[in-house]
Amino acid sequence: MDNATMRRGRWLWAAALAVYAFLYVPLAIVVAYSFNDSRLNAEWVGFTWHWYEVLLHDEAMLTAAGNSLLIALVSSLVSTALGTMAGIAMHRYKLKLLTFMVLTPVAMPEILLGVSLLLFFIQVLNLTLGMLSIVLAHITFSIGFVAVIVRARLAGMDESIFEAARDLGASPWETFRYITFPLILPGVVAGGLMAFTLSIDDFVITFFTAGVGVSTLPLHIYSMIKIAVTPEVNAVSTLLMLLTLTMIVLAAKFAPDVLKGKT
Amino acid sequence: MAQLEIRNVTRRFGDFVAVDNVSLSIEAGEFFTLLGPSGCGKTTILRMIAGFDLPDAGQILLDGKDLADTPAEKRPVHTVFQSYALFPHMTVAQNIAFPLRMARRPAAEIAGMTRQILEQVHLTDKADAYPHELSGGQKQRVALARGLVNRPRLLLLDEPLGALDAKLREEMQIDLINLQRDVGITFVFVTHAQVEALALSHRIAVMDQGRVAQVDEPARLYGYPKTRFVADFIGHINQLEAQVVESTHGHLRLAVAGLGEIIAPPLKDAAVGTKGVFAIRPEQVRIGVHGELDELKNHFAGVVHNLLYRGEVSIYQVELANGAVVEALLPNSAPGKAELFMACDEVKLGWRHDAGMFLRD
Repeated sequence: MDNATMRRGRWLWAAALAVYAFLYVPLAIVVAYSFNDSRLNAEWVGFTWHWYEVLLHDEAMLTAAGNSLLIALVSSLVSTALGTMAGIAMHRYKLKLLTFMVLTPVAMPEILLGVSLLLFFIQVLNLTLGMLSIVLAHITFSIGFVAVIVRARLAGMDESIFEAARDLGASPWETFRYITFPLILPGVVAGGLMAFTLSIDDFVITFFTAGVGVSTLPLHIYSMIKIAVTPEVNAVSTLLMLLTLTMIVLAAKFAPDVLKGKT
Repeated sequence: MAQLEIRNVTRRFGDFVAVDNVSLSIEAGEFFTLLGPSGCGKTTILRMIAGFDLPDAGQILLDGKDLADTPAEKRPVHTVFQSYALFPHMTVAQNIAFPLRMARRPAAEIAGMTRQILEQVHLTDKADAYPHELSGGQKQRVALARGLVNRPRLLLLDEPLGALDAKLREEMQIDLINLQRDVGITFVFVTHAQVEALALSHRIAVMDQGRVAQVDEPARLYGYPKTRFVADFIGHINQLEAQVVESTHGHLRLAVAGLGEIIAPPLKDAAVGTKGVFAIRPEQVRIGVHGELDELKNHFAGVVHNLLYRGEVSIYQVELANGAVVEALLPNSAPGKAELFMACDEVKLGWRHDAGMFLRD
């Protein structure tokens, strides 16, 4: 290795380090201060489980967390089913209009989607805002993400595999059941996880479609920090992070292809 | 009655006529090949037999029954795809068992039949391997086993040897011939490789621009091509522009501009004045230096232009007086002595009066 290459290598390392620091140091601070024995996030005083105990007894926070999980679960399941179908349809029929319609909500600014869904729910459907409206809104913006991931999975595949299945006696349903679905499963799982994560931390669209009675975790945290950022917020963020990490590990176990980037 | 009847089938894609009024009948147990350059419609015919595509006009009958209303999955016809199309998430055994499972066969029977066909294609030790762990030749054999295991009426093969290297291809050709003889199932084989078609088939249909140019046994196709296209497509052939000057039931007398006259085998209805080509295979052309070819009715002087040493044979390209280049093929039966003639040698070419043929324009 010559000097120039080494110098470039060092610069690359430094740049990479800086990027990772930028990404992970804030997260590390949030985690660290959730164990800080002080009401303020300013200086380190000592280790404590106190804020987690506070969290466990914070009824409003627990209700919000419960709502968030329920919404994320339902909306990710429904949008995974619908998005998978949309992805397959986009791949099979190559209709530009269909692709456009499925993908538009992905590209649309969230604030626009939030406002238009609000108006739609109230003025057209005459729906009382609450859990149902939030779930419907989350399904709406998640479908596109799932569809794109499923379509990408299908795009790399040899079409003659599906013809071979029919040729060997499989009905269209059996072809889907035994060939198509197992092959796109990693994409379906990845899409579902994506939908789940998008739902659980969505703020803008949820804000517009939640109404007054129901709160979710992001909405509740926001209402708390309007007063003061207590380490209780750090604690709940740490738990959220833990949940996300667990999901990624599970996904890696269930569908190793997703993380390896192998198709 | 023929097992598969293709009657006046036409298939258009927009303005392009992919298959143009094709009729073929294929007998039970036959190894039948559709041969032609890419875009000649051979794969479209195969897809219509399999049920992936439907004719715009005409009928396809299997054992006398019109297939028009039978979807692909209900046809007792299986396909070996060019890309093999093995299911990547299934093992070799699972791939092979798939058509049996779809046919709702009992589990014990599935296991037995899978084991038997695995033995037949020599892949018993690969039963639990996944397709990505196999070599090209092994994938090929799995695809064949999967297509044959449920004993279809017809097995369609779409350029199945195209992706293999030359050596392996030759081995697979022999395996294919043996396999087809053992299972006794009708094979319909699609290829653009004429050598492959000649080696494997009982009969060959040569296709050109959506039409069938000629259907015949390999040796007849090679020896008696009916059109210039077929003569050109199957093997190598020398062609000299010629015109009929005498036509009897014993022979044809042809005039070749700048060269002289050729005596050729007779051709029905070849009227005096008909234009076309005189075509002759390189192995029928003899080459000499002195008078040894004089007893032949057809002999011309020429100059060796090029010679191509091929190991078992040498090909001499000889330029005749009218500028036409004729190839003569000589076996190299004496080892180490390949070059009987050198470039620029003055030689004589000759051939028997019953060799070659006249092909109308």
